[in-house]
Amino acid sequence: MMPDLVSGVLFVPLIAAAALALIPSYRLSAALNVLASGLSLIFALLLLVADRPGMGHLLFVDDLNVVFIVLNSFIGFTTSVFSATYIAHELEIGRLTPLHLRFYHAMFQLMLFGMNLALTANNIGLMWVAVELATLTTVLMVGIYRTHEALEAAWKYFILGSVGIALALFGTILVYLAARPVVGEGMDAMVWTTLVAHARDFDPPLLNIAFVFLLLGYGTKVGLAPLHAWLPDAHAEGPTPISAVLSGLLLNVALYALLRFKILLAGNPASIAPGPLMMGLGLLSLIFAGFMLYRRRDIKRLFAYSSIEHMGIIVFAFGMAGPLGNFAGLLQMTMHSLTKSAIFFTVGHITQVKGTQRIAGIGGLTISHPILGWGLVAGVAAIAGLPPFGVFMSEFLVVSSTFAREPLLAVLLVFGLLLSFGALLLRVTDVSFGPVIGPVGPVRASTIPLFVHLALVLAAGIWLPPPMVAWFQHVARMLG
Amino acid sequence: MRGISFDIAHMLAGFLVLASFLMLYQDRLYALLNVLALHAFILALSVAWQANIQGAPHLYITAVIALGFKAMLIPWALRKIVFRLGIHREIEAVGGIGLTMLGGMALVALSLEVMLPVTAQADPVAREDIALALSVVLIGLLMMVTRRNAVSQVVGFLSLENGIILAATGARGMPLVVEISVAFSVLVAFIVVGIFLFRIRERFDTVDVGALDEFRGGRQ
Repeated sequence: MMPDLVSGVLFVPLIAAAALALIPSYRLSAALNVLASGLSLIFALLLLVADRPGMGHLLFVDDLNVVFIVLNSFIGFTTSVFSATYIAHELEIGRLTPLHLRFYHAMFQLMLFGMNLALTANNIGLMWVAVELATLTTVLMVGIYRTHEALEAAWKYFILGSVGIALALFGTILVYLAARPVVGEGMDAMVWTTLVAHARDFDPPLLNIAFVFLLLGYGTKVGLAPLHAWLPDAHAEGPTPISAVLSGLLLNVALYALLRFKILLAGNPASIAPGPLMMGLGLLSLIFAGFMLYRRRDIKRLFAYSSIEHMGIIVFAFGMAGPLGNFAGLLQMTMHSLTKSAIFFTVGHITQVKGTQRIAGIGGLTISHPILGWGLVAGVAAIAGLPPFGVFMSEFLVVSSTFAREPLLAVLLVFGLLLSFGALLLRVTDVSFGPVIGPVGPVRASTIPLFVHLALVLAAGIWLPPPMVAWFQHVARMLG
Repeated sequence: MRGISFDIAHMLAGFLVLASFLMLYQDRLYALLNVLALHAFILALSVAWQANIQGAPHLYITAVIALGFKAMLIPWALRKIVFRLGIHREIEAVGGIGLTMLGGMALVALSLEVMLPVTAQADPVAREDIALALSVVLIGLLMMVTRRNAVSQVVGFLSLENGIILAATGARGMPLVVEISVAFSVLVAFIVVGIFLFRIRERFDTVDVGALDEFRGGRQ
């Protein structure tokens, strides 16, 4: 049963990508895109309940990656629904041609394939190749508008992403070197399940250096502070559905890779604790992004910096580890993905109707476009961490567990949270309330994905279903 | 016999570091591309030698890729691009050549200092190969940081990648090396085609990355 489901998650996007590259009609391909993403979501959900017999050498599913796969497939599906209306508008105003769209849809599915492959890979080499594939496809989509800015953003993303991915490969090689004397030469020394089982006997110093490279390498893709330079540009200049999947999915995939290696290090008591490194980078990202949020004049850049901030919080929580820290990190990650992609859905329609991404060119949204305006207000309230939304709960968990263990760091953490809270509220009042600025034409918006996401975040804030809590607790224990 | 095969492996890896240093002070793009070809050629020799002493015939594929793709095709394509763009003038080096060279030496010292004690238990070929490969990687990064021109940044990235392939082949019995080198070649091909396309569409008046930054202007 299980191999079929895993290949469902992998082959549906792959076949869809090939088919979409050939279909000239954009309506048909947009529908097919939704259909394929929906089908992968069904397979992903089935993974949740199906038995998982033996582990393959290349692919495997365990309780940790299934969380990521389901989350990824879900947001991939809702984004494909949003994307269908978004691109119809782009086609109307002539920003994209049907040929571009063929390419765009094929790349979208190829990206989902790359991400699912990275998540299900039971091999550190295969995972690396998959992350590279996902990166390449997003680079191509970021540059799809072919303007100065889009090409510049794609180029920057490409170069920085390549350096990151190269460093991650160096780290991967070092892990292999550490494993070889214990596990033996060949494929076994790159298989996750084997590596984790033997982690105790690996040479600690080698593992330490490997982790530093992996943290820098995959950390670039997570968007951690000193390595984040590509992220705001890539979010701002690409099509908005891509901004949504970058924030909601790709950052998580890189984070997943980091977490896997963290488990490996946790299995070896003589190696360094990865926690302080991750906490340091996380706090730096949080506070840095908090300050940067105040100076943003572009609405998509604003939310890109907010993604850096949240990835900072998540990495911090996972760095602190312990059952509570990991639980908070997982919850925060889920909530952030859902909320941030919902925000990008509204922002996508808003920028389309206003014809600009400049915050100064947008105003009075709650009057001119009540659904979008209030949707944005709700999304920002959620992402800023206001109750009763789920982000509030996860941030509360992060803060309280930090207070219990490192009170001094908790002060910094709260400072960073308040900093970004203020900035986000300031900007959202600019665009949502006050006099109407910019065109007020009607907008064909797909509001269902937006409200489904927000409803989920709200529901999670009010009542988390016990099975989900149990699942997350179990995964949190796995993460050590 | 065993001694001499180690020595040759080390010599080739050492040459690769030397070629990286040669890159650091090239101030003309054509000369830089020649050194890049030399760099890839040494890598091909080194990989072929590893294939020989490890008895791993699949590594010959990686060596052939390095020779055909990286030592010939890529420098040739970049040369075409440089000619088309008319930028075979001097490269602006940030911080001056002397300082960059000193930085490069410091990086080599750093990587030896970091890697040698750590890999003490690894087999001696891998041990020094990894340390030298890390030097190549770090010098490649240094080059990407100090150069402003997009083509020379790409050259820096290619040398960085050569260092990684050296490390991967030095790790005896590492699987997927061939696949990874193919994946990297795809990446590199994308980069080169990317520069080419940017120019063909005449979106940028210059490939100086510093000038690209200016487009951002007030857009923050």
